[in-house]
Amino acid sequence: MLLVYALCGVAALLALAPLAVALGRSTHGNSIVYGASLVLTLMLSVLALLELFGQGPPPTVTLPLGLPWIGAHFRIDSLSAFFLIVVNMGGAAASIFAIGYGRHEHAPERVLPFYPAYLAGMNLVVIANDAFTFLVSWEFMSLASWALVVAHHRVGENLRAGYVYLLMAGFGTLALLLGFGLLAGASGEYVFDAVRTSHPSSGVAALVLVLAIIGAGSKAGVVPLHAWLPLAHPAAPSHVSALMSGVMTKVAVYGFVRIAFDLLGEPAWWWSMPVLAVGGITAVMGVLYALMQHDLKRLLAYHTVENIGIIYIGLGLALAFKAHAMPFAAALALTAGLFHVFNHSVFKSLLFFGAGAVLNATGERDMEHLGGLIHRMPQTAFVFLVGCVAISALPPLNGFVSEWLTFQAILLSPQLPSWGLKFLVPAVGALLALSAALAAACFVKAFGVTFLGRARTAIAAKAQETDSNSLAAMYFLSALCFVAGILPGLFIDALAPVSNALLGVSMPRQTGLDWLTIVPIAESRSSYNALLVFVFVTISGSIAAFAIHRLASDKLRRGPAWDCGYPDPSPATQYTASSFAQPIRRVYGASVFRARETGEMPPPTSTAPARLTVELRDLIWDTAYAPIGSFVAYATERLNILQFLTIRRYLTLVFSALVLLLLVLATWQ
Amino acid sequence: MAVIRDFGLQGMQMMLVLLLSPLFTGFVRKVKARLLRRQGPPLLQPYRDLARLMRKEVVLAESASWLLRVIPYIVFAGTWVAASLVPTFRSGLLFSWSADLIALIALLGSARFFLALAGLDVGTSFGGLGSSREVMIASLAEPAMLMIMFTLALIAGSTQLSTMAAYMVSGEVGLRVSLGLALLALIMVAIAENARIPIDNPATHLELTMVHEAMVLEYSGRHLALIDLASELKLLLYVSLIACLFLPWGIAGPDATVGEISAGVAVYVGKLAIGGILLAVFETSIAKMRVFRVPEFLGAALMLGLLATLLRFVSGSF
Repeated sequence: MLLVYALCGVAALLALAPLAVALGRSTHGNSIVYGASLVLTLMLSVLALLELFGQGPPPTVTLPLGLPWIGAHFRIDSLSAFFLIVVNMGGAAASIFAIGYGRHEHAPERVLPFYPAYLAGMNLVVIANDAFTFLVSWEFMSLASWALVVAHHRVGENLRAGYVYLLMAGFGTLALLLGFGLLAGASGEYVFDAVRTSHPSSGVAALVLVLAIIGAGSKAGVVPLHAWLPLAHPAAPSHVSALMSGVMTKVAVYGFVRIAFDLLGEPAWWWSMPVLAVGGITAVMGVLYALMQHDLKRLLAYHTVENIGIIYIGLGLALAFKAHAMPFAAALALTAGLFHVFNHSVFKSLLFFGAGAVLNATGERDMEHLGGLIHRMPQTAFVFLVGCVAISALPPLNGFVSEWLTFQAILLSPQLPSWGLKFLVPAVGALLALSAALAAACFVKAFGVTFLGRARTAIAAKAQETDSNSLAAMYFLSALCFVAGILPGLFIDALAPVSNALLGVSMPRQTGLDWLTIVPIAESRSSYNALLVFVFVTISGSIAAFAIHRLASDKLRRGPAWDCGYPDPSPATQYTASSFAQPIRRVYGASVFRARETGEMPPPTSTAPARLTVELRDLIWDTAYAPIGSFVAYATERLNILQFLTIRRYLTLVFSALVLLLLVLATWQ
Repeated sequence: MAVIRDFGLQGMQMMLVLLLSPLFTGFVRKVKARLLRRQGPPLLQPYRDLARLMRKEVVLAESASWLLRVIPYIVFAGTWVAASLVPTFRSGLLFSWSADLIALIALLGSARFFLALAGLDVGTSFGGLGSSREVMIASLAEPAMLMIMFTLALIAGSTQLSTMAAYMVSGEVGLRVSLGLALLALIMVAIAENARIPIDNPATHLELTMVHEAMVLEYSGRHLALIDLASELKLLLYVSLIACLFLPWGIAGPDATVGEISAGVAVYVGKLAIGGILLAVFETSIAKMRVFRVPEFLGAALMLGLLATLLRFVSGSF
């Protein structure tokens, strides 16, 4: 019954799309569409929660839609239920935010119809139970989000972003299509229940795994298939950016987990290696790219790439442990990965909302034109700071807990017998540690340059605090960051059914432990109590504040900045985003980006300004994408002559093609 | 009764590290001065400095936000809690299991995150310079620290500091290559994290050479006192951490008597004295390096940590 209600909810979202076309330009269209989306996504989250904690077999429904001999199959098991929560909670937050944010939209008729359709698409992917429905929903989700990416198609490079996104989405779906085709085998079993029972040969399974890494990975944004992501995610309106980065990448992770952990059966020992390698490289490359950005939304988009890497590291470890019959370690690693899925969806949505609020207030995404917003937008600054601390994996917020669990899983891996993993896992651990430290640097920059210091432009100096709906959405997500950070045991226990369904075991129960500590294996081995640490820090900070104010001095005087005696009134003398990243660019950039700095000093008597030029190259784009692009351009140039042939030649071509095809058919038989 | 005793011991540890840390800094300064054949400031000078700063009024820049005023308390509280979780004179304290070594590193990371934000808050060039260099140094020091943690956790089979210390003292360890590499890397990280020579000079105010001092340039009065106390606590924390992991002898066990605990305190103070003398000798015998040589120094620490971890993964006997 739950599933029927859920399908009704999704159908209602779909029905909202044509309604939104009609309401597009009306004054209340915005509130109606987002309000209805909010109600529907909340309903779907509640249904998913009920299903996650409910007992009994997963409900299934078959509808006579799609291909007549397959139909459309739907099913909600605990994995689907978990991802449904992620999708709809993100959707609900984005809808609250958009009720306020959407009022500033110049062309609502270009956004409103696609928004509920996009939400419906993501929901359908997660509950689909056959390959056909899955792929159709997947493609529907991609197209709906593409329409949202090009909503502001006249602005900057948005059209190019949409173009690259469309190509990469098509490429990813193609890989998944091939993967599902291989899984279906000769008998053509497209329903997941049948796929699950048919055990593919090891060669086929390996091929499917690689196709799943490519297909789902290109949507999730793993390096080197990430190139579209930092273009497309920032181009969309901010609440959609939040959904794309916070939620849709998680739907892609769902696709990977569904194939690798569920449909493919028992993993081989080496399966984890490509996943771990891709995860480690993605984590570090993502954050290094993010550090080089000065566009706030693009920085956040690149940072999504990093977090996807962290999730893949957790999933890769889980695959490794599963293959080597270490189910409890596998449960720990899988829980770490999935917990990070949840956490990232929360804080990434929060940060994109913050960036959206700044964009609305100032019309700027470029951090070099912002600054000092903490004075003008104190509430946005506060919630953005919460998001920054959470995403930098700092205690006591939620990002740290999932990384802590991932580290604990890595510490269990010396028991893995295979030599490849013995070398790979420590390297991946080092990459994870590096990415965690660089993430903190990245968000000191993002918050510091945007919100702290002095306003760099007049428009930043006059920014107004954002509206109350947007603030409500951001406060809701900050509260979630805090609760998931302080009481991680609740969330780990909520993930137990997923782990049980995929691995047969789950982590030990956490909620019954003293003081709400989390203990993944044994207390003598490791434990973490965020609540206690938080209370401890708060109490010691308060005692210090109280004692000093009462016993010593509480006097305060405002004066000009000290700055070693040479304060400069021009805000241009502050550190900028680029100058902040300069030491890191110098340490890492020389090899990763071929970074080059050239300084031009005018001769001593000249009054011309000195210039410093920084050159960065995106080596992945240059080596992987640009050659393909230029090859396609070259080939189309060559094939262009086909447009100008005589009718005789066309007929000859048609005839020879026919002969060729017949010949192929004859030899094939 | 047992709970009260445990609370008391935990409180004693907190007060001990808080009271000892300025003394330790004063001690290192004194030894350094004597090594240079100077008289040096009195041992108790850091306490006097703190008391004077606390009594003075705060002069806050006009462009400063509320964050700048809150950060000293966050940094101080975070560092203080971290320092009180490292076993010093007795292991298995009441709250020692609330944060393991990873959480401890991350807690210090939180403190540094906020301190780097403080450098950017007023919007001056020196603050930004300090912050940007600090995060560059941290981006190498923190992974190195985590790799050291990996090595030690794999040897001891735990990330809990109390369990680790107990395992190290049990004699099952013996001399190991990975342990030696980890110790070397940990010392290098500790020097970098505490802004000591050759990474940074705690005594300088020369603009172009400073990192930590540049970040906190806009602080004055009680705020500066808290920041200074936090860095003194951090120095003490790292020395205690090295002592607890590599010289765990003399730390009283979970069910120690009063006599054993007093012996533990005495041994701890002795270890600190040795650590302080070694630090002072090291600092006087070496020159400060350029900022862009620091990545090489810390990169070496990171590689040592990675090598030690790899050795542990490859074979249990290294």
